[in-house]
Amino acid sequence: MHADITLAVDGEEHALRVDTRTTLLDALREHLGATAPKKGCDHGQCGACTVLLDGRRALACLILAVAGDSCQVTTAAGLADGDTLHPLQQAFIDHDGFQCGYCTPGQLCSAAGMLQEAAQGWPSAATTDLTAPPVLDDTEIRERMSGNLCRCGAYPGIVAAISTAAPHTGVPEGSR
Amino acid sequence: MSAPVHPRSAPTAPGRAIGADLPRVDARAKVTGTATYAFEYPVPHPAYLHPVQATIARGRLTRIDTTAAEALDGVRAVLWHGNAPRLRATDNAELAVLQSDQVFYRGQVVAAVIADTPEAARQAARLVRLDYDQQPHDVDLSPHRGDLYAPKDDHDQGDLEAAMAGAEHALDATYTTPMLHATPIEPHTTTAVWDDSGLTLYESTQGAHFARQELAPLLDLDPQRIQIIAPYVGGGFGSKGPLHAPTVLTVLAARAMFGRPVKLALTRRHMFDQVGYRSPTIQRIRLAANAQGRLSGIGMDATVQTARLAEFIEEATGPTESMYAAPHRHIALRAAELDAAVPGWIRGPGQCPGMFGPEVAMDELAQACGLDPIDLRLRNDPDHDPATGKPFSSRNLAACLREGARRFGWHDRDPAPGTRLVQGWYVGTGVAASRYPVVPPAGPSEATVRHLHDGHYEVHIGAADIGTGAWTVLTQIAADALGAGVQDVQVRIGDTALPEASVAGGSTGTMSWGSTIVAAARAFRDRHGTAPAPGAEASAPLPDNPATEQFAMAAFGAQFAEVHIHADTGEIRVPRLLGAFAAGRIINPRTARSQLIGGMTMGLSMALHEQSIMDPRFGHVVNCDLAEYHIATNADVADIQAHWIDEEDPHVNPLGAKGIGEIGIVGTAAAVANAAHHATGVRVRDLPLTLDHFLG
Ligand code: FES
Ligand code: FES
Repeated sequence: MHADITLAVDGEEHALRVDTRTTLLDALREHLGATAPKKGCDHGQCGACTVLLDGRRALACLILAVAGDSCQVTTAAGLADGDTLHPLQQAFIDHDGFQCGYCTPGQLCSAAGMLQEAAQGWPSAATTDLTAPPVLDDTEIRERMSGNLCRCGAYPGIVAAISTAAPHTGVPEGSR
Repeated sequence: MSAPVHPRSAPTAPGRAIGADLPRVDARAKVTGTATYAFEYPVPHPAYLHPVQATIARGRLTRIDTTAAEALDGVRAVLWHGNAPRLRATDNAELAVLQSDQVFYRGQVVAAVIADTPEAARQAARLVRLDYDQQPHDVDLSPHRGDLYAPKDDHDQGDLEAAMAGAEHALDATYTTPMLHATPIEPHTTTAVWDDSGLTLYESTQGAHFARQELAPLLDLDPQRIQIIAPYVGGGFGSKGPLHAPTVLTVLAARAMFGRPVKLALTRRHMFDQVGYRSPTIQRIRLAANAQGRLSGIGMDATVQTARLAEFIEEATGPTESMYAAPHRHIALRAAELDAAVPGWIRGPGQCPGMFGPEVAMDELAQACGLDPIDLRLRNDPDHDPATGKPFSSRNLAACLREGARRFGWHDRDPAPGTRLVQGWYVGTGVAASRYPVVPPAGPSEATVRHLHDGHYEVHIGAADIGTGAWTVLTQIAADALGAGVQDVQVRIGDTALPEASVAGGSTGTMSWGSTIVAAARAFRDRHGTAPAPGAEASAPLPDNPATEQFAMAAFGAQFAEVHIHADTGEIRVPRLLGAFAAGRIINPRTARSQLIGGMTMGLSMALHEQSIMDPRFGHVVNCDLAEYHIATNADVADIQAHWIDEEDPHVNPLGAKGIGEIGIVGTAAAVANAAHHATGVRVRDLPLTLDHFLG
């Protein structure tokens, strides 16, 4: 069975016909040729496929493409502003927050989404005071980024990159 | 040629590139997601492949019914041993995919569906019916099996039994490490195109030339008709070193679909039975020492598993041969041939599991002797290689232990175990030694230097960057060798269209490719001088190093861990890990630190989480995904530091560099286990350090 859907990917509208079993991840990768979202497990266990779906981080392998119909998808490629890298991307380079680079686009989308969540006051398992806005110290960042596995072990660089870039991402100050 | 070109690096002054803290040259491509991995090449109208796997561990296929699968919309073919293209006979039976009706292990590929979409291929694969003549299987590893064999000669010297009987301190204990999987985040993937021009593979591999060399004879094809392209690889950790069956399967499918590209990405579950694993190891360690902790006897009897289908031996006794000296030594490796998947390379093969037992045993001996564990190691640090009697080209284990101790704050450590309870957590610290040998590269290398114009150069070598930083460090090495800045040098790697390079394995990449580039740059200057014409070029192979005959060569390190174990729940945390390494000259501190920390993180993961659990009734790994085979997450890693000492080794190679890709994982788990003992008084000899060890 097939369905016609539209997806806006990194600001560009696409109309496509998909098998109703096709995941959003496969629609992006196999139908639209997007290379930023990666497939590491196809089961919601690694985070490599993380994109921003209508602004929130989501695992593209766990969403059917038909369920993403009419959604705005931002991949790591879309975080950059033309030739100007997003502050998180630049910070990942500066802090060597990756090695093989395969988990990296997912880490970046996850970090961007995570900063928004924290700005909106969402607590995590590491939040000690649930009545105050969360403070994104390293422990909070580690906890909130633990859905994104990195087998190369670039975690310290990832944490340093996020904490350095956070003030420059445009996410409201009061929340950090 | 399709090797990508990266934006020019931030400038360095001529001759100042090696040692510079430069960002990766491929960084921008990776953070924007534009770096293309094997599955992501835009090929026209690809077909998708999905394997069908055996559901018994031993027997013979009596019938394969493909009717229902073939009837499905979009299915192009179902391949099995009755209709698959033939391969040339090979010594490596693992690669003889779809060539016979024999089943050697559960999960073996016995058929495969080619379809227009991944969804159809997957659905059809489930519709293939398999009938078997099933035979009893055997997947039980034990040191007491009657059919163990010796894959290498025993190392015997003196009389260990007598040394044990006469020793002031004698330790005899057994340690185990479980089956482990490499688990790169990019699964093994292949995109294959077989058409009139030959075979083109976009491949997730640690060595394009190495893969081609194995593939060409299987296919009876001139290697020149095969191009393998792999500029970016999403982690390898050994599993992407040798060729494995899924690549051959994709090539067979591409031949069957002549002219149409075929793509295969293993699912995460396939990653647990198709691409190798680290054999479990059982290590009986014996140590005999006098009152001062001087070793008089060392024993290591290790048992590992291999497969009935093909042999792979985890050389877990290797480190013991060279680590500490004693007049009485007995070192023996035994293997059992099981009805299981074929084991393979995983980061630090032999070295990594083979240092766990001995380095925990040294901790136990230190305690028995009333010595600081660092002191015990210093007292037994040999000045010649115990295995060969050769001098070391450099051995700075002692310096690593001292430097690590200083940075970690070891000096005022209270040695008593199980005495520090802080807010409900037992606190302890531990140390272990690391070592990784300088091994000869697996295969030849050659590099070409070409002058483009006005002092801009291109350097070509078919090397691989699996996350190691090869793109970057080879640029630095080439820049210095040419007396140029890194901004004036473009390195091209990851393609068999480039000059041949050895596989990224055994931590040899930077050493062998770098030395080759240095030789090519010298050849270039010899031929073209300092004012070369545009288009001038020269090539050179990896030079021989006669010093490898005269010296024993290895990198050394010391790893320190702080461990907290919850008194009520047994939960274990590792708030601090610190490694001090002596690995020759460091080409790029930024990428080197990431390599060492990455190895230590994998060692931490091995200490705390990793174990593939075999169900003996069925012969397969039951926890075959990332929800159940746990690898370290961000929250597991707190303060982790890698340091190195200045080490000049004029013998090891012209760069003075030793490998750093693997040493970080060696010894880490022992340091964590030793710290856990210091915290709780509970001695864990079986990895991983799950909380049940510390309860009750
Ligand atoms: S691919 Fe989606 S979480 Fe792993
Ligand atoms: S950079 Fe390789 S998995 Fe994260």
